[in-house]
Amino acid sequence: MPAQSGPATSEPGAPGLPGHAESEPAGPAAASDQARPVRDGIALGLAVGVSGLAFGAAAVSSGLSTWQACALSLLAFTGASQFALAGVIAAGGSLLAGAAGAVLLGSRNTLYGLRLSETLQVRGWRRPLAALGVIDETTALTLAQPDQAAGRKGFWATFCCLYLTWNLSTLAGALGAGKVGSPQAFGLDVVGPAAFLALIWPRLRAGSTERAVAIAGAAIALGTTTILPAGVPVILAAIAALAGALALPGSRPRQARS
Amino acid sequence: MTAVWIAVLATAAGCYLLKLAGLTVPQRVLASPRVRRFAELVPVALLAALAAVQTATSGQSVDLDPARLGGMAAAVVALLLRAPFLLVIVAAAGTAAGLHAAGVS
Repeated sequence: MPAQSGPATSEPGAPGLPGHAESEPAGPAAASDQARPVRDGIALGLAVGVSGLAFGAAAVSSGLSTWQACALSLLAFTGASQFALAGVIAAGGSLLAGAAGAVLLGSRNTLYGLRLSETLQVRGWRRPLAALGVIDETTALTLAQPDQAAGRKGFWATFCCLYLTWNLSTLAGALGAGKVGSPQAFGLDVVGPAAFLALIWPRLRAGSTERAVAIAGAAIALGTTTILPAGVPVILAAIAALAGALALPGSRPRQARS
Repeated sequence: MTAVWIAVLATAAGCYLLKLAGLTVPQRVLASPRVRRFAELVPVALLAALAAVQTATSGQSVDLDPARLGGMAAAVVALLLRAPFLLVIVAAAGTAAGLHAAGVS
């Protein structure tokens, strides 16, 4: 197995990073590091899972039935796509276009899976199960961990907790549509973006390429928001990652000689 | 209603298969340093884009909501102070909720 270039390993000032999660815990400090991915995963699952209330309420007021809203949360389990389909149905748009747009939005999960497959090392029946959990939140939390073992713990903790809270809150939101207070009143609309920023933060500190890619990705998405259908700008941000990868120094000897 | 069910199930199937496809790609594809670097940088680019879009836009228009921007500013301050993850989230949501209650947005 190739060595994992963990997001925080090159960070000199990182507090108490374990070298290898497989090594025996040396004391209370090491034990708390072992629990950290699980703790952060559960926190993220609880904080983001509450947004299922907003989805359930939005879906039902868009014209979906309670069971259709729940089916989307149970089976699609990717918030942006779910909101997109509900939005198109609410606007009276074509169902085919709505489904196509929602699936297109889900294509970023393919790119996440590409990166996660190495960390997760899932085989057999675990792979189709793990696949359901490949989303923004689980990817961000997994990649924020210092090594693969911690990453796997973080993935499953976030997935289990978020799956539970997202589905329960979807049901609650669908049943109580109209009675749920505005999510803004509780600041829930910044939970998602703040969590994403916090989770990529160690990678932003680790390298200037990461910082440039993040800024370029955000700029591409913001710059195209007004001209492209919702969701597409975020996928276009992958261009920034492509540019960053092509700028990788010294990986092609031919280039060094020319 | 049946048509809506078809759209719901088609969306669910498509989203699931896209997730599975990523995990099923053979590991040797990642052997190339450039493909590996791309796979590493994709979450950084997409999550940064997602954070920016969710902060500063609404639908297809730019929407600079002071409560949301304030919440994100609080998150940045907390991160610079090396606050733990949960505290960053609480600082962001608390600030946004406070600004919202104060009638800033």
